[in-house]
Amino acid sequence: MDLSLTDEQEHLVAAFSSLLAKESSTDRVRAAEPGGFDDALWRSLTEVGIVAMAVTEDQGGWGASMVDLALVAEQLGRAMAPAPAIEAQVAAGLLSSIGGRASRDLLHDALSGDRIVTLAVRPADAGVATLVPAGTIADVVLVLAGDRLLAVSMKGTKRRLIQNLGAMPLADVQVGPDSIELSAGPAARAGYESAIDRWLTLTSSALVGIASKAHELTCSYARDRHAWGVPIGTFQAVAHPLADSATAIDGARLLSLKAAWSADRDSPRHRELSAMAFAYAAESARQATYQGVHFHGGYGFMLEYDVQLYYRRARAWARVWGEPRAAFLRAARARYNQEGGI
Amino acid sequence: MDFDFDPEAEAIRSEVLEFLATELTPELVEHLYRTGVSHEERFARSLGARRWIAPDWPSEDSAPLDPFSVHVLTDELNKAEAPVYATATTMIVARAIRAVGSEQLKADVLPLVVTGEITIALGMSEPEAGSDVASVQTRARREGDDWVINGQKMFTTNGHATNYVFLLARTSAEGPKHKGLTTFLVPVDGPGVEAQAVYTLSGERTNIVFYNDVHLDDRWRIGEVNGGWQALMISLQDEHSAGFSPHLARLLEETEGWAREPRGVGGEAPIVDEAVQERLTRCATDLEVAQLLEVRTTWMEANDVVPMAEGPMSKLYGTEALVRNAEDLSELVGPDGLRSRPDETALRGGRIEHALRFSLGTTIYAGTSEIQRNIIAERACHLPR
Repeated sequence: MDLSLTDEQEHLVAAFSSLLAKESSTDRVRAAEPGGFDDALWRSLTEVGIVAMAVTEDQGGWGASMVDLALVAEQLGRAMAPAPAIEAQVAAGLLSSIGGRASRDLLHDALSGDRIVTLAVRPADAGVATLVPAGTIADVVLVLAGDRLLAVSMKGTKRRLIQNLGAMPLADVQVGPDSIELSAGPAARAGYESAIDRWLTLTSSALVGIASKAHELTCSYARDRHAWGVPIGTFQAVAHPLADSATAIDGARLLSLKAAWSADRDSPRHRELSAMAFAYAAESARQATYQGVHFHGGYGFMLEYDVQLYYRRARAWARVWGEPRAAFLRAARARYNQEGGI
Repeated sequence: MDFDFDPEAEAIRSEVLEFLATELTPELVEHLYRTGVSHEERFARSLGARRWIAPDWPSEDSAPLDPFSVHVLTDELNKAEAPVYATATTMIVARAIRAVGSEQLKADVLPLVVTGEITIALGMSEPEAGSDVASVQTRARREGDDWVINGQKMFTTNGHATNYVFLLARTSAEGPKHKGLTTFLVPVDGPGVEAQAVYTLSGERTNIVFYNDVHLDDRWRIGEVNGGWQALMISLQDEHSAGFSPHLARLLEETEGWAREPRGVGGEAPIVDEAVQERLTRCATDLEVAQLLEVRTTWMEANDVVPMAEGPMSKLYGTEALVRNAEDLSELVGPDGLRSRPDETALRGGRIEHALRFSLGTTIYAGTSEIQRNIIAERACHLPR
């Protein structure tokens, strides 16, 4: 039992924290709205290997562990980074697990930064993958359609930013006839579901980051804001919900890291733990950011205050996949049903 | 990072499960539930014989267990509902005696504590002093070499069955209220001490203990005169992860057991229902979080990391999760969930129904949830008091 980070991991966190402080300030996050993509940030992230770290060394990457990626994801969440880092990492990981020329070429371009490859986190329905993260800016979208995993090229296609709660770069993506089949059958489905396990794990860490930063902002406000001559943080009606969230956020962080660790260990519980972590982090972030807006009073409702930025992303980053209940059901199927639980 | 326990701790788990298989007989469990007393002398001595009452203390013939092994040991004993309440309160007091007690008191008491030959109950709360424990009114006044004690203590659980009570008494009315307190070890069989049974929702018996002109030699004092607050803080601060997740684990296992049994002849098991699975999984998720928050406190202790609010977070989360899930899962099992322990028709030996009643005390004793939130707000959220 060891809950400490290695020196390398501490350095990794510090490096991303300082990069994001510079390249993903709340001013930059606001400036990227509503499109939700900051090209300069994306270039900085790819330069330091944000995609390469998620791919094993024998496939041309750095072979970071899932715990490493989860630690980075928490920093991305804290900074509300307007860049599709998690989707690009998971898509690259998925490509590296598939054989064949098309996958190899795509992976090569994803690693070199020549093309942005993202993942539709829900299967296509009637030929359309809806609300695809990074769908507005990606060059290629990986889509599961039936039992075929397809690479959908966005080159020359008309796509439209869907105005959305979280100012994410979301687009509805048509699965055209010229899409390239990367794999098919049960293997395609299994590979896709494993990718979703990883996406849920890393997104849960990002949600922890969003929640903890919003919570810090709110606690700071509760220390500074006075009413009836005392800081509002002295009122138990304010302090106790904040104490509950502090506890839930710590719990969510530990559970997200455990889910990541279970992936590194190839644990049979990884699917269950990743869905649990996502469900729990989504609910904790939902509550912490609601408190954030509410305890800022009227200011929390004003666009000028940053807390609303976290409120919107705590919901949007999770709901592009689904509600917490859907994640509890995914965890339940993994826990109680046979055959991998999907 | 590594979220698995080390082989040493897992070895202790096997050992304690083996121990429980022989020592915690169904008859003993039944007896414990019927009497509402979570203490049994023979069992306590068996624990003592294994050095499991004070497992982290050095002894002549065995090395102390590491914090993770102690964690696993405590978890398994609590999950099995083993009668460890009195030995646990005994150790809370023993730590204070070891830290601030006189040499004579240490020599008289500590060796017998370790073997389970003597046990100590806690005499802190009063009718007018619960969470605000520093406002206790039970008086101890000097009379020659003796102290004379008068007052009344609430919730002295096991006070009728242990050898001593750890008494927090007022010895000065001057100055701040927490600076006029002194702690004593009071033999319960002496004249003037009377325990009156109080029965609780969980079925557990506790006591009101009356102290009428109880004469006590000064050698029973623990720590300095008017230094009782310090003794109290030492005893509570060192309180080893008294985790509540084992009770949540038992509730979940029993409800999962219920869910896997087919209903009626040829019927389906409730577990095939997605809604049942979801509610069980919510409990399983709470269990994961509660266990992680608990093991974090042990990890910090093992690595000498100075705690902030991790202990209160662990206590708050584990007990609130127990209340929430006991409510939900006792509803999930339907009207049959009303059948009470120990009725023979009760589901799963009545353990699901009992969890509901048992859960209610956990968010009150050992610091209410409100007290835990106050501490977390101050230390983790850095909010002003």
